[in-house]
Amino acid sequence: MTPHWIFSPLYSDLLLYIILGCIAYLIARSYRAPYFKSAWKHLLSHQSASTAIIFLICYFGIGCIDSIHFKTSGVNSAQTFSLLDVLLQPFNINHTTTYSEPLATHLFTPTQSSTADGKILTLYQPIELKHTAFSHNARLDRLYHALLGSAVGFFLFSLSYRLTAISRMQKIPLLTFCMLLIIGGTIVSLATRYHVLGTDKIGQDIFYTSLKSIRTSLMIGTLTTLCMLPLSIGMGLLAGYKGGLIDDVIQYVYTTLSAIPGVLFIAASILVLQVYIESHTTWFPTLEMRADMRLIALCLILGITSWSSLCRFIRAETLKIKELDFIQFAVLSKTKMIRILWKHILPNVFHIVIITVVLDFSGLVLAEAVLSYVGVGVDPTTFSFGNMINSARLELAQVPIVWWPLTSALVFMFFLVLAANLLSDVVRDALDPRQTIG
Amino acid sequence: MHYLLKRILYAIPVLIGVNLITFVLFFMVNSPDDMARMQIGGKYTSEAAIQNWKIQNGYDYPYFYNEKVSGINSLTKTLFYRKSMSLFTFQFGLSNQGRDISQDIFVRMRPSIALAIPTLVFSLTLNILIALFTALFQNSFFDKAVRLACIALISISSLFFIFLGQLLVGKIFQWVPISGYQSGISAFKFLLLPILIGVIASLGSGIRWYRTIFLEEMGRDYVRTAKAKGLSDFTILINHVLENGLIPILTGVVVIIPTLFLGSLIMESFFGIPGLGSYTLDAIQQQDFEIVRAMVFLGTLFYILGLLLTDLSYLWVDPRVRLGESS
Repeated sequence: MTPHWIFSPLYSDLLLYIILGCIAYLIARSYRAPYFKSAWKHLLSHQSASTAIIFLICYFGIGCIDSIHFKTSGVNSAQTFSLLDVLLQPFNINHTTTYSEPLATHLFTPTQSSTADGKILTLYQPIELKHTAFSHNARLDRLYHALLGSAVGFFLFSLSYRLTAISRMQKIPLLTFCMLLIIGGTIVSLATRYHVLGTDKIGQDIFYTSLKSIRTSLMIGTLTTLCMLPLSIGMGLLAGYKGGLIDDVIQYVYTTLSAIPGVLFIAASILVLQVYIESHTTWFPTLEMRADMRLIALCLILGITSWSSLCRFIRAETLKIKELDFIQFAVLSKTKMIRILWKHILPNVFHIVIITVVLDFSGLVLAEAVLSYVGVGVDPTTFSFGNMINSARLELAQVPIVWWPLTSALVFMFFLVLAANLLSDVVRDALDPRQTIG
Repeated sequence: MHYLLKRILYAIPVLIGVNLITFVLFFMVNSPDDMARMQIGGKYTSEAAIQNWKIQNGYDYPYFYNEKVSGINSLTKTLFYRKSMSLFTFQFGLSNQGRDISQDIFVRMRPSIALAIPTLVFSLTLNILIALFTALFQNSFFDKAVRLACIALISISSLFFIFLGQLLVGKIFQWVPISGYQSGISAFKFLLLPILIGVIASLGSGIRWYRTIFLEEMGRDYVRTAKAKGLSDFTILINHVLENGLIPILTGVVVIIPTLFLGSLIMESFFGIPGLGSYTLDAIQQQDFEIVRAMVFLGTLFYILGLLLTDLSYLWVDPRVRLGESS
């Protein structure tokens, strides 16, 4: 790697930066608005919500680091890599070319031996723990590094406990934070020498693959929302406020779009997209750009299939709100329509937007896995949980069973979705004025 | 009746709209010329061969408007009319392998139904039962445990249940075959595992949803009246809350009943059940657009049918609803 790195973001990176900007702006603003301030208080007073936020920050942190892409200025300039790749450089060194310890216990090439009475036995030889250059006792070396890592993790925790405001957190989030640091420390310390979660068929480190997959999940979960929000908010407000012909047309559009079975629509669009990209290869010179384009397109398509429900909610709410006195007053005092929609109606329907966004996130992350299985998800070369599961599916049928790539993907996904679900429950309680809190 | 007629008539422009979208999606990018080239194969793609293929398969028309013929024919002698509007008469044409799609769909509908209906019935029963109990013992240890389990359940990818089920039940215990299908009575053993997994996968979201419905009902005035009369919690729950809570549940379920015919893409392909779901999936993977278009049309039709049935079911179960005034 040459020392000259050129910052070269992919299109999806830029979109992610926009999203992060929006989120930061919303958080900053919501701290000032009294209604949202009480919602924040409610949110943070829930242990499950603050624990979920810790998890989400971890995931988003990894996703963001993975979204800062560089190019080398050398001859081989087509190679793009992210900051995460650089950080994980030591993890991704291939020690092996196939499945490996610690999770594979037996070799996959059987050895045959004949017993005394002439029967042929098929045996799978156990894999010996590998001796590394650093130490002659493999087990002791592992233990030493695990302990070292967890000690560093705990030290970091106690340091931040003393120095920062986290000591004011409740028990469970604090405990989670502590555990995360310790486990993280252990894994990082071990991962520099060993494959913590083993390797897959071609010797690729599973832990590395899992971390890289996070970005795709987050992209699908957030970018889709970004694609659909302007459309559904704009259309919903307009349909609800104007009524009449505009309302009819917008209703017709979203009824039609939501009438198409979702998976089929996505499948059809992705098929078409594939044909399109294949016939316009000059526009997307590198494989990465093509995969990136497909990711963005998938988000766009998912957005199209999912905007109608939010649009419907906003339309219904706008219908209710526009009859209220303060809107009538604004109309009578000849306020411009745009201004009424933006200043008076939008803030009053915005809790619906936030609830929908948070609720949709987990569903989208799960949908990505299913879509990739069907073959209409992200590009097969992209790191994603769906692709991990898809490629690990056949390995389940192997004897001795290869379970760790699949399990890692499912576990990583599970914690992300669980955190999102826990958060969305509390967010709904905090923001929905109709629901009684409890 | 007037309202219903209006709804049925409204379905027609929606269907035409859907047809237009799918038509544009498939034909604008993957033109008949491309299709011909793909079907004939690389070597023999002369202009004449393509024309020949197009005439043979009925693709030798312009997209939307035929200038060569006059009158109504200028609209009917087009690709859009012949390929898309013919779906309205359920003429789905031939698949790429030359099989009759209508016939295939008819045959494959049965396994799909055999899988979907038991899954729906069992999951609905189980969900309602558990939701009722959590509502009855609200904020008890049982309720909290179920709520926690539900959040965990909806966070697990449905693929996980399939893998685990196939691994445990099919491979390690070897109670039932992992995948495959036979028609008739012996279908039972092939369907057992997918139904079980379908039910388990539906538990999380189902219980959560029904629990909120029941809790909402329990906060109503009539429940307080019944309590004041001295009825026991259990009687109130069964006689009043269940009955009233079933209204939103029923109407929510009615929407999906027609779409059950289309089968489940994931379940059917994992368990090798030759239903409509796996049919569609195969078509997607083989890029058989004719089948995909037919399935999109059917899916839309069933969805609209579901909406219509929902309206009807409201009318049937809830005497307060008068259709036509509300919209």
